[in-house]
Amino acid sequence: MKKLMTLVLMALVFSGLHAQSKSDLPNVTLKDLNGKDVNISKLSNNGKPIVITFWATWCGPCIKEHNALNDVYQDWQDETGVKIYSVSIDDSRSTAKVKPTVEGKGWEFEVLLDVNSDLKRAMNVSNPPHTFLIDGNGKIVYQHTGYFEGAEDELYEEILKIAKKKK
Amino acid sequence: MRKHILVLLALALTASFKAGAQSLLENSQVSGSFQTDAQYYMLDEGIGITDLNGKKLGINGFGKVNYTNGNFSAGIRFEAFLPEMNGFRKELNGVGLANFFATYDNGFIGMTVGDIYDQFGSGLVFRSYEEWSLGMDNALRGARVVLRPAKGVTLKGVYGRQRYFWAPYLERNFATDDYRGIVRGVDAEWDLNQSITALNDSKFKMSIGGSFVSKKQVNQSMFYNIPENVGAAAARINLGYGNFAFSTEYAYKINDPSAINNFIYKEGQALMASLSYSQKGFGAVLQVKRIDNMSFKSMYTGKQNDLDINFIPPINYTHTHSLPSMYTYSTQPNGEMAAQLQVNYTIPKGTALGGKYGTKLTFNMSQVNDIVRDSVKYGNAMALNESGTLGYTSKFFAISDHRFFRDINFEIDKKINKDWHITAQYINLYYDIETIEGHAGSPVVKANIGFLDVTYKINKKQSLRLELQGLWENEVHKGYEVEESEKKDFQKRGDWAFALLEYSITPHWSFSFADKWNYGNPVEEYRDHYFTGTITYIHEATRVMLSAGRQSEGVVCVGGVCRTVPASSGVSLTVSTSF
Repeated sequence: MKKLMTLVLMALVFSGLHAQSKSDLPNVTLKDLNGKDVNISKLSNNGKPIVITFWATWCGPCIKEHNALNDVYQDWQDETGVKIYSVSIDDSRSTAKVKPTVEGKGWEFEVLLDVNSDLKRAMNVSNPPHTFLIDGNGKIVYQHTGYFEGAEDELYEEILKIAKKKK
Repeated sequence: MRKHILVLLALALTASFKAGAQSLLENSQVSGSFQTDAQYYMLDEGIGITDLNGKKLGINGFGKVNYTNGNFSAGIRFEAFLPEMNGFRKELNGVGLANFFATYDNGFIGMTVGDIYDQFGSGLVFRSYEEWSLGMDNALRGARVVLRPAKGVTLKGVYGRQRYFWAPYLERNFATDDYRGIVRGVDAEWDLNQSITALNDSKFKMSIGGSFVSKKQVNQSMFYNIPENVGAAAARINLGYGNFAFSTEYAYKINDPSAINNFIYKEGQALMASLSYSQKGFGAVLQVKRIDNMSFKSMYTGKQNDLDINFIPPINYTHTHSLPSMYTYSTQPNGEMAAQLQVNYTIPKGTALGGKYGTKLTFNMSQVNDIVRDSVKYGNAMALNESGTLGYTSKFFAISDHRFFRDINFEIDKKINKDWHITAQYINLYYDIETIEGHAGSPVVKANIGFLDVTYKINKKQSLRLELQGLWENEVHKGYEVEESEKKDFQKRGDWAFALLEYSITPHWSFSFADKWNYGNPVEEYRDHYFTGTITYIHEATRVMLSAGRQSEGVVCVGGVCRTVPASSGVSLTVSTSF
């Protein structure tokens, strides 16, 4: 009998846990390169997809991924309206380098500074690069860790899936 | 019958609970991550491993789960070191709940109890953080309050005791040298651009901040009169105008005799400043730093990176390739003068040198020297850095001739066409191994290092990557004469060559094979090959990496904090995932 009760209770609790939540994005506030506060849970792109990608100035594969994304970003934006947020996890030893690096490399993304790794922890990122795709309702629909040449094509296929759904 | 009533009651209760909790659960989210790193060690006489000291296997693992619901979040992290992998501190050996926290933050007030990670300004007086790959965690277990009384104003207060491996937080155990003190700190920051409406969209940016941190420790020393309260304060300012940005922070610490500074009673100081200019296609940053007796630990007998309350950021280029990262600078908390200049430039697309995709150039130069120390009067005699005295005096802007480190490097990153991509870097290095790694009497490493990284995209899914690297020392060559007794200091010295070939099939697979060869070591028996083969499988947020081969003795550094890794041979496996 006890077992049954436990099962019933567990089922109820779990069915609750599985209820649809509003947004997968945590309530963490970061600064952008102009010093403006940006609350991650309130990120929106008018119902179009958002990509959040974690990187650092000292992370080789991240730089490769960013360069590759930057090369195709204009096309992706024209076709799907996707917006890329690039979250730098550089700490105080290299935060001063982030803006000169971003500008110097000519990247067009919205860059956010996660100096204290708050967002990194909240989104359970172990090692950069780590990329998330968020749909128009704030749900994480795809994520990928690491970077191999051509991984951006895979990401784009996922973007197309949710961008099409909107139409 | 009674049982049936109980079940019904339970159902009713859970149903009402569910109804009431529906709104609560609707916004609930559970997320988390796991990682396990394991290494199986094998004997390998070729690289001098003739005894495993009874350790065949090392496993480091963690699992964390976060729960969030609107303004509320909580989490736990479980860790297991069974036993710890070679190169990690023995004190990590064990299993347990290493970290937990609960936070409520509604934008106006934020409260956290449990293990806190935070930093004030650039961390010169307070930073608690965790770095898994180093086995480093100085989380503050206690409470934190964050207040945002007006737009652009943030006030913070923290209170607690730091993590010290697995030592219990409640009772202090002086028998095991656990003299950990309590850390308390407050910080205020005012961002004028967010506060003052007229400045909201101004080209002029300004924010200021200040912090005060103190530790309360118990004097257990029989020789020294250890102060029971040690305070440190810092002030900072960030300015911006158009494409220019300037920021600086100054920190001061009262006398804090410790094992790190040889129990001197001098005050500590730190100054950091950076100036940068950036516009599309061009960015430059100049950073300077002065550190004088700024080790700040919550236990005065603390060694290495144990119980650091503050963080002194190194300002150097962080190399990530195998040979360039062999000699990585780590901060000298007792004193250093450092400067760094970095310039990033992209030769525009469509020009002769820029080609179709533009050519990315990076120049970086950094240098670190010692500060100048003058003797202080001790009774009628003069003393320099003697324990129990004021230690020394130091002129603020004087730079010692003793150079610790210099790195001049230039990188070119070029996508040639759709299929070919190359990155090449040249590095000129000066590394005082005696000071940085504590190898007494070892000659300075003066080296030229180069690498070439070529990627070829076979088709949409497959690519090949070749890395070639060389490290050539100016003085310590094959012919360099080494006394029999000094042999050990010449491990990893002399010239190196490295090659790696990687074949990857995006998005899942990567196969690589590498050889690192110390062909130019002055000691013949150290001229070893370090072969490794690695297979990586990635599926979304899951990564499995299996590698086999030899690992050379070296230093792994993240964020200027380093740990030494002994030479090893064997098989290692890393599995990580997040959900």
